[in-house]
Order: sequence, then structure tokens, then C-alpha cells
Amino acid sequence: MAYDKFNILKSSAVPLPIENIDTDQIIPARFLKATERVGFGDNLFRDWRYNQDDSLKSEFPLNDKRYSGKILVGGKNFGSGSSREHAAWAVYDYGFRCVVSSFFADIFRNNCLNIGVLPVQVSAGFLQKIFSAIDSESDSKFTIDLPKQTITIDSSGEFENFKINSYKKDNMLNGFDDIDYLMNIKDQIGEFAKNTPL
Amino acid sequence: MSKTLFDKVWDSHVVQQIEDGPDVLFIDRHLVHEVTSPVAFLGLKNRGVKVMSPKRTFATADHNTPTINQHLPVADLLSANQLKALEENANEHGISYWGLGHEKNGIVHVVGPEYGITQPGATIVCGDSHTSTHGAFGAIAFGIGTSEVEMVLSTQCIMQPKPKTMRINVNGSLNKGVTPKDLALFIISKLSTSGATGYFVEYAGEVFRSLSMEGRMTVCNLSIEMGARGGIIAPDEKTFEYIKDREFTQKGAAWDKAMTYWSTLKTDEDATFDKEHTFKGDAIEPMITYGTNPGMGMGISGGIPTAESVDGGVATYKKSLDYMGYKEGESMIGKKIDFVFLGSCTNGRIEDFRAFTEIVEGKKKADHVTAWLVPGSHKVLNAIKEEGLLNTLEAAGFELREPGCSACLAMNDDKIPAGKYAVSTSNRNFEGRQGPGSRTLLASPTVAAAAAVTGVVTDPRSLV
Repeated sequence: MAYDKFNILKSSAVPLPIENIDTDQIIPARFLKATERVGFGDNLFRDWRYNQDDSLKSEFPLNDKRYSGKILVGGKNFGSGSSREHAAWAVYDYGFRCVVSSFFADIFRNNCLNIGVLPVQVSAGFLQKIFSAIDSESDSKFTIDLPKQTITIDSSGEFENFKINSYKKDNMLNGFDDIDYLMNIKDQIGEFAKNTPL
Repeated sequence: MSKTLFDKVWDSHVVQQIEDGPDVLFIDRHLVHEVTSPVAFLGLKNRGVKVMSPKRTFATADHNTPTINQHLPVADLLSANQLKALEENANEHGISYWGLGHEKNGIVHVVGPEYGITQPGATIVCGDSHTSTHGAFGAIAFGIGTSEVEMVLSTQCIMQPKPKTMRINVNGSLNKGVTPKDLALFIISKLSTSGATGYFVEYAGEVFRSLSMEGRMTVCNLSIEMGARGGIIAPDEKTFEYIKDREFTQKGAAWDKAMTYWSTLKTDEDATFDKEHTFKGDAIEPMITYGTNPGMGMGISGGIPTAESVDGGVATYKKSLDYMGYKEGESMIGKKIDFVFLGSCTNGRIEDFRAFTEIVEGKKKADHVTAWLVPGSHKVLNAIKEEGLLNTLEAAGFELREPGCSACLAMNDDKIPAGKYAVSTSNRNFEGRQGPGSRTLLASPTVAAAAAVTGVVTDPRSLV
């Protein structure tokens, strides 16, 4: 299934200055029972966003009217824990197209790349500058330029480069996914399978 | 060129290398469960594709299955629907399905090894991060997302950047009362919850060699809790002895042929790793966690570290202790607990039930403690009965439940209530992991048993 193309994203951001945000926080296991990929955004950060009586926790950034946008900015080691792709789906379904952090857990990063959410890893210092920019002006804009591989704080013009391998970059720019690629080399895979020892 | 064990297995499975991109990696065994597969099967349907290698694909139900009255229909409709979807998908694609009530049903990472599906030198994936468990046999095994499940179902390959390599050496021997779980929690507490992110870890040294296969599985299972892509232990006589004559293990000439391959599976003497850590086995004591990630663990006799003494942000650390209701510097010994959970893919094997039983034998469960003892599979359940452990457990006031993931992840009916403390042999102490508002203390079966009979956090060495 192809996904949205990603080129240049200019948006305000929602800050979550907490470290080690695990995928159980992003979406608790009890909301993983669907058999289709629909409605996960409603339960994004469920237990941080809602009280047990389902009323909103007003102090949580997603519920704070000052913050909005297509960029989610999290603390170090974002997306650790469970491999549930539902976490990436929830991030996407809520409306985010990019997650920024100073460090990502491997599986979450892969899951994001596989569904068209761009994980942007910045230095700890630049992450702090992003949080400070949002702190001083809650609707601060940021520009994520995938072709140039830069993230810019629009108000100051400060920017940093981020890494992405050229294969995944090409996929993101064109909305291709890995399965398309693999289906095209299925004959080669079939030949390989004949000679495997197990 | 000298190679690590990891390199040998990985490189021999690369179908194609993409320049400045991932490797196309061939997958020998694909384990499937009900939660992370339905959307992948839907993807196959939309593309009009069938599963490429049904014989390499194995499905079981574990995450949202109930652990009592498994003979009755599953009451939760969403869970029932997901289980039905897996059964239908398995039937449609000709995949073996060990559903609820099947004699081979159990936690995917417990039954895989039990039936010889898990093998040295294999690449094994599953839509579950604790797939790292299978690395205990010298396999490259790791958890994947649903898009990747779809890739493997449709092409028997995934696309992965090759991780860096790390070796963790633990030399000497473990002290009495110290279990493989303590060993793993100790390493994670030293490296932190993200200390091995980007790496595939080989565990080496006398301590790992001396562990049983069950113990090695517990260690490899927890590799993901320090962020590692997976963990691997070189196969040896114990490994071959374990897998021999199991249902899916090669027999006769095929076994001899496999052994020729398996005997090559070790790190060359002069191979180098991107990172290396070395610890002493006798420096480890029984462990317990006090915070909201598995890196927040400590020796049971110590005090909760101060925010300043640990790596990471002070605000995050204090938020974590607030959630747990604990303070810096406090002792964990004597803390009141409400629940004990023995089970999960981390500690739901026969050895874990033996360790638990040894501590509770001749004692009584504390009145205020609710204990859930959940075998990882029917095979484990049967062994508990056959070895007479069940009688001892029942005499001490414990009951046994039916196999499943149970209270590890609060997806089924077994949930820890808000605010309550659970000493749990599972793998994650994240906020709400065992139920909204629940508070988890990760520990070994031995520490869990000591808490179950005393009602408070107790050093198990004081009971024997």
C-alpha cells in the first residue's frame, strides 16, 4: 500500500518534553484489538490524554489549545518498547506527519518509515532549542525539508541536518513502500530460498 | 575475514544489498499472533497475494486470550473477533494454527522453541518485540511491525539496515539466589533502557554458558528492554540436546546436515565488535525495579537511586518515581505489594515454576496478595502437574491459570487495578502496562515468590 508523499513540511509542533516515551504510552495494548487500520488516533496517548472517566486532562500538550500542528516533538529515546505498529498508526491517524527527537527506538523508527511518518533525529542541543522556541511562542513554525534533509526553526533560521538513507528517502518522496520493492524481486527471492539450509 | 556469530548468520541470509539502503533479508521462520497480523493479512488480500511460504509460517493465539475457562467462548467481543480473524487467515493461507484450546497453544515465544521451530542459525521474526527470545538458540530473532509482517507473509523477506554489533561478557559465576532474570535486569540497569539501541548483542562468557536453555531464553528475551535489536548466544551441546527430537526438528540425515551448518555458528577468535561490555557474575544480587522502565532496576538490598546519580533528565526521573509512589533513597525491602504475576514469555517456563515453588514450599500465600500463576504453554502446564509442583503450590494457597500472555500487557481480562503494586516476572514496568494506573515491580520468579508469601518486597535469600 503506497502512502502519502513527503517533501517539505512547514508546521507548528506539539511538544512532549519527556524521555523514554514507550509505545504503551503512545497506544495502550487494550486498544490494539481492531482488525483494520482505523480509528487509532482517538487513542493516541490515551492514558496521558484522558482521565479514567474519559474526561480530558487539560494540562496534557495534546489537549492544550496553544499547541497544534503536524510535527510531534518528543524527548530522548522516543518509541521504546513494544513493536506495535499501531503506535505509528496512532501518530499518523491523529494528524502528525513527522516526529522529532534526539533518539529513536529502532522498531518504532522502522514502523514510521514504513507508513510515511518521517522520524527526524536531531542533536540533544537542537532538540532543546526546538522546545525553547515552542516555549517562548507556542505556535512557532518549523520547516522539515526532506530533499535537503534539514529541519529549521523558522523564527531564528537555525537549522540542523538529519540522516535518512537514500533508499528510504526516495520511498518517502515518492510514497513507495517496501512491499512494492520486494514483490518486484520475488523471483530472485524464490531462487535464494532453494539454497537455504533451514 | 573474521566474523562474529551475528555477521555469519545475517550475511548468509542477505538476498540483496541496496546501496545506501537496507539489506533484503531472507526469513526462515515467521511466527504470527492475533494482534499484529490482521492488518497485514488485509494488505495481502488488497494486493491479491497469497502467503509465499506457509510451511515457514506458524500462528498461535496468546495476547488477548483469557487464562481461565478457556473452554468457553471468549467473552470480549473485540478479542473474539481478532482470534476469529487469525483462524480464518491461517485456514485461507494454509498456515498451521494453534488456537485457544489446541494442545500446542501457548505464548508464541514459549511454544516456538518447545516444538523445534526455533533453530540455531535461523532468521526468525514475529510481530512482537520479545521475539529476541529465540536468540538463545543462536538464531537472529527480532520483533517487527505489521508492515514488515506483511512483507514476510508475501515475500518471506524484510528490508532491514544491518545493526551494529555489541558483545556483553559476564564472567565467573552467579551467586546463590541469583537467577537469569536478575542477570538480565542487572545488565539493563547498567546500560539503560536505550543503551543497546541500534545494536545486536551477543552474550558471551562463563555465566551465559552455564545457564540452561530456559535461562538463556529469559536473558535474550529482555534484550529489547535495553533497546537492542536482538540478543544471541552461540549454540552448544545444551542447545543441540534441547532441540533434538522435537516435532519440527530435522531427523536422520537432515539432522546431520543441519549439524554441519550449526557447528560453524560461533564468533571467530579475532572478530571485533562495535562495542563491548564486561561484568563480573558475582557482583550481581537479586534485582527489582522501582521505576517505569526496565532500566530502573537495583539490587534488592539497596536504596532507590537519587535523580542526580542516574543518567537522563531529572524531570522524567521524578515523574517516574511519582507514578510509583516512591521516593529517592528509600529501601525497596518491606514495600507492601498487592499482586504477584508469575508468567509471560520472559518467565513462564518450567524452570521458572520450579524456582517459584522452591521458595513457597511449606509456606502460605499472604492473605492480601492476589497471585496469578500462568504457564507459558500447555507443555509447561503439563510439566507443572507431572513434576508435582502443582500439589506444592496448592498446599501453599496458590492456583494455576491456563496458558497465555495474561497480566504482562493488560490486553486480556488479567489487569492490575489502578494504584496497586504488582511484583511481576514479566518484562515491562511502563506506566499502565499491566492495567491503567497499575504499578509494576519487575523481578525474578524467586523474588516474586518471596513477595507472594510475605506480602512485601523481600530478599529471597532471607527465606532459604
